[in-house]
Amino acid sequence: MLDGLPEKQCCITGVGQSEVGRPSPLNPIELTIDAVTKALDDAGLTLADIDGITNYPPKTDLGGGISPVGVGEAMFALGIDAKWIGSSTHEGPGHMSAIFQAVMAIATGLCRHVLVFRTVAQAQARVQSRGSTLLASGHSRVAGNNAWTVPFHAVSPVNLWALYAQAYFDKYGAGPEQLGWVAVNGRRNAAHNPNAIYTKPLTIEDYLASRMISTPLRLYDCDTHIDGATALIISARDTAKDLRNPPIHIEAMGMALGGLGQGIHTGDFTTLPATRAGEMLWQRTDLKPRDVSCAQIYDGFSIHTWLWLEALQMVKPGEAAAFMDGGTRIALDGELPMNTGGGQLSGGRFHGYGHTFEACTQLWGRGGGRQVKDAKVSVVCNGGYGYGALLLRAD
Amino acid sequence: MSAARKLPVIDELSGFFWTSGADGRLRILRCGPCSHWQHPPQPRCAKCHSADLAPQPVSGRGRVVSFTVNYQSWQKDVAALFIFAVIELAEQAELYVFSNLTCAPEAARSDMAVEVIFEQQEDVWIPLFQPLGADHA
Repeated sequence: MLDGLPEKQCCITGVGQSEVGRPSPLNPIELTIDAVTKALDDAGLTLADIDGITNYPPKTDLGGGISPVGVGEAMFALGIDAKWIGSSTHEGPGHMSAIFQAVMAIATGLCRHVLVFRTVAQAQARVQSRGSTLLASGHSRVAGNNAWTVPFHAVSPVNLWALYAQAYFDKYGAGPEQLGWVAVNGRRNAAHNPNAIYTKPLTIEDYLASRMISTPLRLYDCDTHIDGATALIISARDTAKDLRNPPIHIEAMGMALGGLGQGIHTGDFTTLPATRAGEMLWQRTDLKPRDVSCAQIYDGFSIHTWLWLEALQMVKPGEAAAFMDGGTRIALDGELPMNTGGGQLSGGRFHGYGHTFEACTQLWGRGGGRQVKDAKVSVVCNGGYGYGALLLRAD
Repeated sequence: MSAARKLPVIDELSGFFWTSGADGRLRILRCGPCSHWQHPPQPRCAKCHSADLAPQPVSGRGRVVSFTVNYQSWQKDVAALFIFAVIELAEQAELYVFSNLTCAPEAARSDMAVEVIFEQQEDVWIPLFQPLGADHA
């Protein structure tokens, strides 16, 4: 019965990522074209084969380089004659909403090969104006979700996520000597990723000595603004046999939306509504958490990984801290290698799409020095305010 | 802690929250039929879907659920050091408001009992929290 699910009609057939920059010499549309060209070459497809296009999120005039290239701009710059055009939003299940849309478009027969892309130019934006990436920047008064935090000087999401980290520490007796392993592990893996933004070795001692940003979160708990683009080609399953790569199957997907985007928080600040995305994911597959070879866990801030690992049922509530401690279980040769390309903390904020790119890298055996042995299944998740998860499986 | 704040828009749904301190009392939206307190304000009750919601005064007391001491300088006209916190108001479980704690960073504790005080800027009374029973700042 599960065979009829929409995501099982789809597979990933090619991926591409531009060179990372901080800042990049390339403008956002050139970064996008670079990633798309690489993804098409990877799949063995041409622009003429692409009949659907979408991205996340929509092009925005909010500034800060959060989404400088929209679907229309990319479509005409590349010369794509799409039959189906997606339109993701900032709302909904976050970064993966464009991937979920592409799955629906393919499963309903609207198109065969969808180009999904994500372009960021936040490093370039900060060269122009260092404050441009802060919440509610450029407005004289603040409205909406940010009105509940910005008047209290919390102009960075780090202040909000610090509350989750401190609450988690208090409830479970965890501390920085555990949380630091998220950053150390990411940096260790990034050393083997030629497109990671930070590759200089980082020890737990370096982490503990690093500058405090917002207690208990330090410099290395925060990801990094970059310029770059990622492109994925999602294809109808029956097209894969003619293409260059063995297909990566979308075994299951899960999504959820909580109230964080409206300023509504439930629970005791140690859990996320992402739990429901985890439940949905595992209801749609016969695979189990123990079948996962590697995990690409959203790490806009280090604490996200703890909350997400628990939401995905990879560990039990309250066990993430101990699971990270010492960094052995999440290492490349550990029981659950995590953020094998460095994640966003060391890889740079490709904003969720770097995680899916890395999962494919692993499942195609292209990891080089960071390759996980016998990687067959990867769980991927994105989001702090809206939540998306994928279970990807090698052919 | 009295540095210039980026002030909220005073809108139809939430404006009462930001002006409530004019008479020294904090108000939260409450459902008439089911008495559920709701914050941030929404046009319908999350429990019973009633539209019969109105601001009502609360005790202004609560406990610190979590807090963070910010050290990073984000804006040149705002002191880097501030305490951002989430407070659970005494009236209802998980009735959360975000705010600043006015105490010294070393005095801040999770689970600490706190009470509201207000700081007026323009037409907004920002609700801040101090340790319960502390001398008014």
